[in-house]
Amino acid sequence: MATQHSRSAARIMMAPAVTLLLGWMLVPLILTLYFSFADYRPLRGVFEPWIGFDNYVRFWNSSAFVESVITTLVLVGSVLVITVTLGILLAMLLNEPIWGQGIVRILVISPFFVMPTVSALVWKNMMMDPVNGVFSHVFRFFGASPHDWLVETPLLSIIIIVAWQWLPFATLILLTAIQSLDSEQLEAAEIDGAPPLKRFWFLILPHLGRAITIVVLIQTIFLLSIFAEIFVTTQGSFGTRTLAYLVFQRVLESQNVGLGSAGGIYAVILANIVAIFLMRIVGKNLDA
Amino acid sequence: MARAVTPRRKAFSTAAAWTIGLLLFFPILWTILTSFKTEAEAIASPPSFLFFDWTTENYGVVQERSNYMRFLWNSVIIAGGSTILGIIVAVPAAWSMAFVPSARTKDILLWMLSTKMLPAVGVLYPIYLIFIELGILDTRIGLVVVLMLINLPIIVWMLYTYFREIPGEILEAARMDGAALWQEITSVLAPMAVPGIASTLLLNFILAWNEAFWTLNLTAATAAPLTAFIASYSSPEGLFFAKLSAASTMAIAPILILGWFSQKQLVRGLTFGAVK
Repeated sequence: MATQHSRSAARIMMAPAVTLLLGWMLVPLILTLYFSFADYRPLRGVFEPWIGFDNYVRFWNSSAFVESVITTLVLVGSVLVITVTLGILLAMLLNEPIWGQGIVRILVISPFFVMPTVSALVWKNMMMDPVNGVFSHVFRFFGASPHDWLVETPLLSIIIIVAWQWLPFATLILLTAIQSLDSEQLEAAEIDGAPPLKRFWFLILPHLGRAITIVVLIQTIFLLSIFAEIFVTTQGSFGTRTLAYLVFQRVLESQNVGLGSAGGIYAVILANIVAIFLMRIVGKNLDA
Repeated sequence: MARAVTPRRKAFSTAAAWTIGLLLFFPILWTILTSFKTEAEAIASPPSFLFFDWTTENYGVVQERSNYMRFLWNSVIIAGGSTILGIIVAVPAAWSMAFVPSARTKDILLWMLSTKMLPAVGVLYPIYLIFIELGILDTRIGLVVVLMLINLPIIVWMLYTYFREIPGEILEAARMDGAALWQEITSVLAPMAVPGIASTLLLNFILAWNEAFWTLNLTAATAAPLTAFIASYSSPEGLFFAKLSAASTMAIAPILILGWFSQKQLVRGLTFGAVK
């Protein structure tokens, strides 16, 4: 039972973690907020501390902003839909009796451990290269002309790469959830003559609800800040510039810290909107 | 499982699962195979799958060209250091939240997770300036601190999940039996907490090893880990398929093998025990 003594001990034990995270959150955020109201271009030696909301207005009005928000949402949304849908199907398949189950599992989860810079480079050069990529060989084999993936369908290409990286995660979590399903209940439904699709819809899917929530939460956290995959493949060209990447370009490439910081604040706001939405679901789901 | 399995069904599932497994693994397999080809064979059309003259010269060239060992060492230090530091900060916090929960515990946990949603680009420049000011730009210690902080919420969550599974009655029973504090820690708590701490260590090492945004932006030459080593191959002069493949294989091999061994812990850890 928690006594007064143990409660104060607990507070002391929690202090380092809480303080560090609070500092990590507040210090840079306040500085970013400060820069976002300044005309700050270090390469030209410009620093004017207060120019009002100019940066915010300029960032909002640039055509790149709206485009980048849409790109971000399309990227995150598509990867979520692909990984959850295929993850459910793949998890159900892996739940079936299989010869060599252990090895198949290792094959399936491997992409998750490949570092993002490597997976982007491997896909760009080894798979999607218009001349020497494996896809080109396959296209040529069937008599079709090769497709220049990253130039003709850049956003789709990045979605494929990112989905490949995250499908293992979704599959693994969903497989674990499926394995805890009461097989007797399924059998009873089968004996009662419930067709497979109905069994899936009324028994399996509801059972997976919580696992799907977790997959969506974790993936959204990581997908909102996708960086390496874009950095290595298209450098943000051809409509693959996410909001995070646009801010990165403003701050580091064109060294307009003020403008970039305003964009950064927009990114924080967008992430918070998503976060509030997600936290509600998770907060509800994790208690039960 | 009581369900009767017909051999036909098993054969069908096996074929389907192996096909999909191999398809998903193919980019990795192809990269490993290509790393053993000569540059000429690497771009041959149609490509040869297994029947080519195997060579290991690419690995030698990669090491000579960019000193793989130094990048590897940086990766080990940065990933390892940030993980250990994170554990030291997180264990007391997670422990107290699991065993002395208060009304605010859940709020604190959710708040911690929400810091993971802070877009890194939004705060990159201030961190960059602070690093210059402190003289720790492009140093391992700087990256150790940053990676520790970005993974800290995950570490706390995972440990909290594991600790909560330790029944409090056992602690009280030990106390009733008159166990001294150090006995309580070494013979009762440690054996139950160590597996959870070990999986947390493992998973965070993997996360830190693969982290790319901060490592790419806060290092130049001295402290650059493998994520940066491999990014240097995206420049046009680095575009030799066999060498790129050798470099990629060398960058992912250690963590891939570690990942294979820790797949069971991965599920429990990453779902915060919410999925069983």
